[in-house]
Amino acid sequence: MIDPSSTVSRHQSTRQRHPYWPLFPAVLWMLAFFLLPLLLVFAISFASRGLYGGVRWVFSLTNYLMILDPLYLRIYGRSFLLASGTTGICLLIGYPLAYFIARAPARWQGVWLLFVIIPFWTNFLVRTYAWMFILRTEGLLNTVLLDVGMIRAPIEILYTDWAVLIGLVYGYLPFMVLPLYAAIERLNRSVVEAAWDLYANGWSLFWRVIFPLTKSGVIAGCLLVFIPTIGAYITPDLLGGAKTMMVGNLIQHEYLVIRDWPFGSAISFVLMAAVVLGVLMYFKCGGVFEDVKERR
Amino acid sequence: MGTASVEVRDLVKYHGAILAVDRCSFSVQPGEFFSLIGPSGSGKTTTLRLLAGFEQPDRGEILIEGRSMQSIAPNHRPVNLVFQNYALFPHLTVFKNVAFGLEMRHIAHSEVNSRVGAALDMVRLHDKPDRFPSQLSGGEQQRVALARALVNRPAVVLLDEPLGALDQQLRQDMRLELKAIQEQVGLTFICVTHHQEEALTMSDRVAVMNRGRILQIGSPRDMYESPRSVFVANFVGTSNQLTGRVDEVNAVTCRIHVPGMPSIVARYQISLTVGTPVTLTIRPERLDLSRDQHESGLDNRVPARIDKALYNGSDMHYKLRLSDQVVWTARVVNGGDQKGFTAGESVYVGWNAGDGVALTE
Repeated sequence: MIDPSSTVSRHQSTRQRHPYWPLFPAVLWMLAFFLLPLLLVFAISFASRGLYGGVRWVFSLTNYLMILDPLYLRIYGRSFLLASGTTGICLLIGYPLAYFIARAPARWQGVWLLFVIIPFWTNFLVRTYAWMFILRTEGLLNTVLLDVGMIRAPIEILYTDWAVLIGLVYGYLPFMVLPLYAAIERLNRSVVEAAWDLYANGWSLFWRVIFPLTKSGVIAGCLLVFIPTIGAYITPDLLGGAKTMMVGNLIQHEYLVIRDWPFGSAISFVLMAAVVLGVLMYFKCGGVFEDVKERR
Repeated sequence: MGTASVEVRDLVKYHGAILAVDRCSFSVQPGEFFSLIGPSGSGKTTTLRLLAGFEQPDRGEILIEGRSMQSIAPNHRPVNLVFQNYALFPHLTVFKNVAFGLEMRHIAHSEVNSRVGAALDMVRLHDKPDRFPSQLSGGEQQRVALARALVNRPAVVLLDEPLGALDQQLRQDMRLELKAIQEQVGLTFICVTHHQEEALTMSDRVAVMNRGRILQIGSPRDMYESPRSVFVANFVGTSNQLTGRVDEVNAVTCRIHVPGMPSIVARYQISLTVGTPVTLTIRPERLDLSRDQHESGLDNRVPARIDKALYNGSDMHYKLRLSDQVVWTARVVNGGDQKGFTAGESVYVGWNAGDGVALTE
């Protein structure tokens, strides 16, 4: 909304002084269970692997050099592609869905949102197993397609990148829809009408007004999908089989199978740094801060 | 007379089961400032949205510059709406807001620049083209909204409660400014407001709406001096009322019998027959108070008691009790030397036949 009084009060409330002590539990929790382990992993990434696994506290940079091995680079590349693809597809499916929900009559919005959230009520692992049943050679998908006559021989989807992509889109779509819904629901209807009145056709209506005004939701949704999917572990493990490895699986492999904790830590850290850097660049280039400033 | 800017014929619009607009017809001439006034829920905003094209009529017809607007989308109509809460684009600067319509119509860059510049000049915002709406005051936002519509030089500018979100003092100033701008650009304005006084000052003609129907269309003077219904008499300004029966009908006046009172002579608007129940309406400032029953020169004179006397600076407001049920208000200009009346005093209320209007509904 562009009610001038609300803009003013928002400015004032940010300047107002709030007491800091209610933050204490959160800060304590983050220090103990987030920052300390993170520092530990960071330290381990500069150590060396013991003879039978375990950590030898001898400083080395080999772990970080090993990351550049072409064998691993392919895994990073695949992870990036799958995460980007998932984000893109989620956005394409999620935006119209979120728009529909946000523009539905108020009493229906809750019902549609419930449908979006319902999958969360079941364990993610169980849901991923369900997808294995759907996608495998004698699975639901192939049976239906064969019966309908759309295919003559069963298609091999399970244990391919496609299965991982389907599983990831399925799993992370709600994370796209919810912030988009919030942004679109906040959109002032008469601003859209104003653009329509000022000769905008459907295309410009969307790209010149609706999309820019819901950009914060798009960005939030994309980040909420991209960041967890690039480090996804369960989905590629179950749906991608042994052939499709993503960074998450590589890290798990290094820690638990090869028992090379220092190398696993190094990969974790580089992944994290890459994501943070990527997000910062995205903010810089996309002019996100600009957008936020304008809307305040 | 050439083609009307807007011609509305028998417009009907239902919102679910509710009849929002009920057989409305009116026409607006080029360059005219036309206002639709009425209480909230009277259908005036719906009528405006039908003109803008956001809603489609269930029956009836809208012609703009002689062209039927049947199933023509808002972006293809030669009208621009100034929204009630301005609906400025929060992500665009003042300049970009005003330029929006021109850019959508692919007007050349240089022309966009000069026209937007001229529009911003007109609304006195030439020094703030790079501000964002949130950095402007309410009055400034209102002027951006106006410039954003005017810059397109539409056949009709529609205004939805244009001054509704402004504070009292600003409203007063903007009222005159809006009228001046309208005269300067010479465009047809159709304005919706529930603020009757505002409409009277700005408009060339006014239509009063209630429950989806247009009750009366005319000049502000017509509306005030010659209301054709009690609703209009009450909605446009305030009026005192008295009910009675027609005793005698003459060329321009009639005689009304009110039980327990001297018979009253009044003007009438709609043809009357003897015996018809009527309501007499009369404006508070047309009443004359005196202590003497036989003071000359006025057609009507009835006794009353002063319930309350309110000193108002420039004038005095009196609450007058004519009978147990009838309380009137009189407004008397403060002449300085004139001695006022006090509560409890018995007086005679007088007025001329031409100042009272006998109405049947």
